[in-house]
Amino acid sequence: MPEHEADGQLATPTHEVRDFLHRRREQIAQRWADEPLFRTVFTVSRDEAVEAGKAVVDALAQVADSDRVEDPDAAGFSGVREQLARMGAARSRAGLSNTQVSSELAALRPPVENMLAADLEQAPPEHLRACSTTLTVLMGTLRLVAMQTALSEWQALSDRQRMQLLEVATPVIRLWDGIVAVPLIGTLDSARSQVVMETLLNAVVDQHARFAILDITGVPTVDSLVAQHLMKTVAAARLMGAECIVSGIRPAIAQTMVHLGLDLDVLTRASLSDALGYALHQLGADIVNPGAGQR
Amino acid sequence: MHTAAGVEACLPIRSDMDLVWVRQHVRQAAALLGFGLVEQTKLITAASELARNTLVHGGGGQMEATRVSSGGAQGLRLSFSDEGPGIADLDLALSDGYTSGGGLGMGLSGARRLVHEFDIDSTPGAGTTVRVTCWVAQPPRPREEA
Repeated sequence: MPEHEADGQLATPTHEVRDFLHRRREQIAQRWADEPLFRTVFTVSRDEAVEAGKAVVDALAQVADSDRVEDPDAAGFSGVREQLARMGAARSRAGLSNTQVSSELAALRPPVENMLAADLEQAPPEHLRACSTTLTVLMGTLRLVAMQTALSEWQALSDRQRMQLLEVATPVIRLWDGIVAVPLIGTLDSARSQVVMETLLNAVVDQHARFAILDITGVPTVDSLVAQHLMKTVAAARLMGAECIVSGIRPAIAQTMVHLGLDLDVLTRASLSDALGYALHQLGADIVNPGAGQR
Repeated sequence: MHTAAGVEACLPIRSDMDLVWVRQHVRQAAALLGFGLVEQTKLITAASELARNTLVHGGGGQMEATRVSSGGAQGLRLSFSDEGPGIADLDLALSDGYTSGGGLGMGLSGARRLVHEFDIDSTPGAGTTVRVTCWVAQPPRPREEA
């Protein structure tokens, strides 16, 4: 206390925290290098983890200096955003949930707080309390910034996966000369059904298909919108000279469609093999069992 | 009475992706309550129709799922509410083949046939709430002979 009184005036809590971070930069980074969040991400050497820790301490000090400890958009954070995103991504790749990553971030705070308390042992209690609160807020903001970056990464990932799903899930298979099949899987929302229709119609042209089989075994729910999409696809294929067969309507879905009042005005078969058999027969290529002829 | 975890919920309906969530939640809740496969499929389909109505006609809203029991029977009640323009003529909206949005016109009337209890409440200009209930096995009260 005496030396503080000698200064005449105590520094503001944010500046006290800033000075503390500058002073203890090395120790904090060393201490953090042992935490799972740094230790498991920066695996090349311990020095690498310490350097990464120093970068975060510097960012915190810069934010404290600008007096914006509560602002996740503070300029000081921009330098470590990429590093934090990398750390968060590495941890979630290791199988941790958001909550676990968040609590690992929270675990960075107590050691720093203990150091602050030790440094300000001589200071008046209320000053220590104010500085401690400032540090807590600052560390909370750091956690928020890290989670924000991680969330935007996940958002980008899920957008990419959605686009991939749109392309991947609609293959058109050539079963025989003039017979193509589309195994529909998952939700037939508007975007997907548009892709289905386009790929099917292209296949009808390319493969000179007379029959197109739409197999809905993998479609969990057939409501009126899905039925409408199916009927539009069938009508379009018909205009191009291909007959459509819908196969794979499961018993529960058939009952539901009847109650719903849906009448698919289209040729249907119970299974894909029935549909193929029908189409082959229509093309004059019946399947015969060679064993049956010998007996 | 024990409570089944994961049945009670309030899900937002704001986009196509939310419809997928609604269907999956109803599927899980119905399976948890012991619905048979056909009843599950019916309820999921009804939920899909009603949730889409909430999204397309009501401009978005929410679905509340509640577990109900009456006379020893277990059931699932779904409530779809929006604050959209409402429905001016309920009888017309509930008739087969009537559509205001380019669909088949089977959604609302079909959903009514898929569930045991159906209740619609709409105020033009203030929004629409549709409540449907499905009971495991049979409805608890015998129906009036027609």
